Amino acid sequence: MSDLRVKLCGVEMAGPVVAASGTFGFGGEYADICDLSCLGGISGKGLTLHGQPGNQGERLWETPAGLINSIGLQNPGVQHFIDVELPEMKKLGTTVWANLGGHSIEEYVQGAEMLSASDVDIIELNISCPNVKAGGMAYGVKAESASEVVSKVRSVCTKPLIVKLSPQAEDMVAMCKAVEAAGADGISLINTLQACAIDIEKRRPVFNNIFAGLSGPAVRPVALRMVWQAVGAVNIPVVGLGGIATGRDAIEFIMAGAAAVQVGAASFTDPAACQRVTEEIEIWMDEHNVKTLEEIRGCARV
Amino acid sequence: MRAASCETVVLGQQEVAENIMKMRVSWVDEEHAPHAGQFFMLRGWADDEAPFLSRPISLHSFDAQQESLEFLYQVKGEGTEKLSQLEEGDVIRVTGPMGNGFDVQALTAEYKKIAVVGGGIGTAPLYQLCRELAAAGAKPDLFCGFREEVYEMEPYRALCGLVKVSTDTGAVGFHGFVTDLFDAADYDVVVVCGPDIMMKNVAEKCAAAHTKCFVSLEKKMACGIGACLGCTCHTAGGAKSVCKNGPVFDAAEIYGGEVQA
Repeated sequence: MSDLRVKLCGVEMAGPVVAASGTFGFGGEYADICDLSCLGGISGKGLTLHGQPGNQGERLWETPAGLINSIGLQNPGVQHFIDVELPEMKKLGTTVWANLGGHSIEEYVQGAEMLSASDVDIIELNISCPNVKAGGMAYGVKAESASEVVSKVRSVCTKPLIVKLSPQAEDMVAMCKAVEAAGADGISLINTLQACAIDIEKRRPVFNNIFAGLSGPAVRPVALRMVWQAVGAVNIPVVGLGGIATGRDAIEFIMAGAAAVQVGAASFTDPAACQRVTEEIEIWMDEHNVKTLEEIRGCARV
Repeated sequence: MRAASCETVVLGQQEVAENIMKMRVSWVDEEHAPHAGQFFMLRGWADDEAPFLSRPISLHSFDAQQESLEFLYQVKGEGTEKLSQLEEGDVIRVTGPMGNGFDVQALTAEYKKIAVVGGGIGTAPLYQLCRELAAAGAKPDLFCGFREEVYEMEPYRALCGLVKVSTDTGAVGFHGFVTDLFDAADYDVVVVCGPDIMMKNVAEKCAAAHTKCFVSLEKKMACGIGACLGCTCHTAGGAKSVCKNGPVFDAAEIYGGEVQA
């Protein structure tokens, strides 16, 4: 029997697969369909300090092997999350990641302070949401901006702090190094790729914001390249995500050096995807007589 | 919400009108028996095949004895096209039941005169609704509008009082809009599913007549379960997920007017 357990930033996880933020609600929705106890964790829907209703207009658009979304961080706010969603999440038998976005450094800091005083296991700092104007991704493009927000959050954050990066970063290697130097305990990447679609019948962009975020298998090779770069750039753990839909996909990321992986859009094609990917990793390990993930983590790096 | 996701088998499929398919699939899961107004996410193709997302299709009827679900749907795009090609014995992933559905117990307890109104493929969930209303001792009146071709109206006759049909072209029944088939003031409650503009018109007629109105909405969905927030509608009561908080809503919440508890 292979051992799938992972210790990430000091947090014990039952497996390497974490449900990605924005694709899994706050977890309870999937409790009847997916065995959550085998997961490494659940990263809840992206939060902002005061909550927001999200974007107007079209929010979903299918692409070849993927999906463009423009949800716009619809969320109930940090305090509501702590009072209402978090206690329920804590009952799901897996680690709870609070994904925190923001419109200003002050918002990030205040949100991180509140979450630090809560029962969340990990704070995933979202500096990479492409769907909110003047927010999130604004901090994820330039290394200096990222460094500033991460160091300010670090100064108040008492939880393991994983910074979720955008593929829109100007220089991925510099970004990773800056975030590490600013005090991040780990990095997760990639958030969605900025994308566009046009409704040719209406002769207008599909999305009110014109640009929106692409995820799904279409982005996987790009995500894998960036995870490879991130692993090479830093000494903190890297959580890989972007289009992972099978155990084999996940193993690619782990062989590139990812400490753990997240499964996102695949939960839409198969609501039990997180569980299935975990099982497929285990089957592969058994077939190849691999006892622990340590044996293969980063093995593809030469 | 209590939902299941499993691979099950297509028991049969037929075209009942142009581009309108009726498909029956096996559903042996007694724990997850659906009720009227709920829907299922259907996927008759592999995870790595297009289209990327499964398709939310409302329940047309549920037969507990035969352990089967029936779906009536319109072939409109890539997903429904693929569904329409499924044949008896083919495997299909079915996830559900999803959504709140119609509260038949409350409908029959609180209202005497019930009108059920449908437009086009929006009639799909109304058959199970009328079956459940009839089983609860109610005899709703049914008003349905179609563009030209009328389908699947016969089975309602045993369940409903009036069954009236309109068509845009006048090919069958009343030549005109379904909203002209009935007077909202004659009813205590109107339950409607159809194109948005039709539901809005019905809701406005109901509001003017002080008749309670419920609508069943349709939206593009990714998860169908309340997780992705892709199908949010902005209501009088704030942002709601059509898949989880709906698809059935108090019409006043969606189209304005007085929302009652």
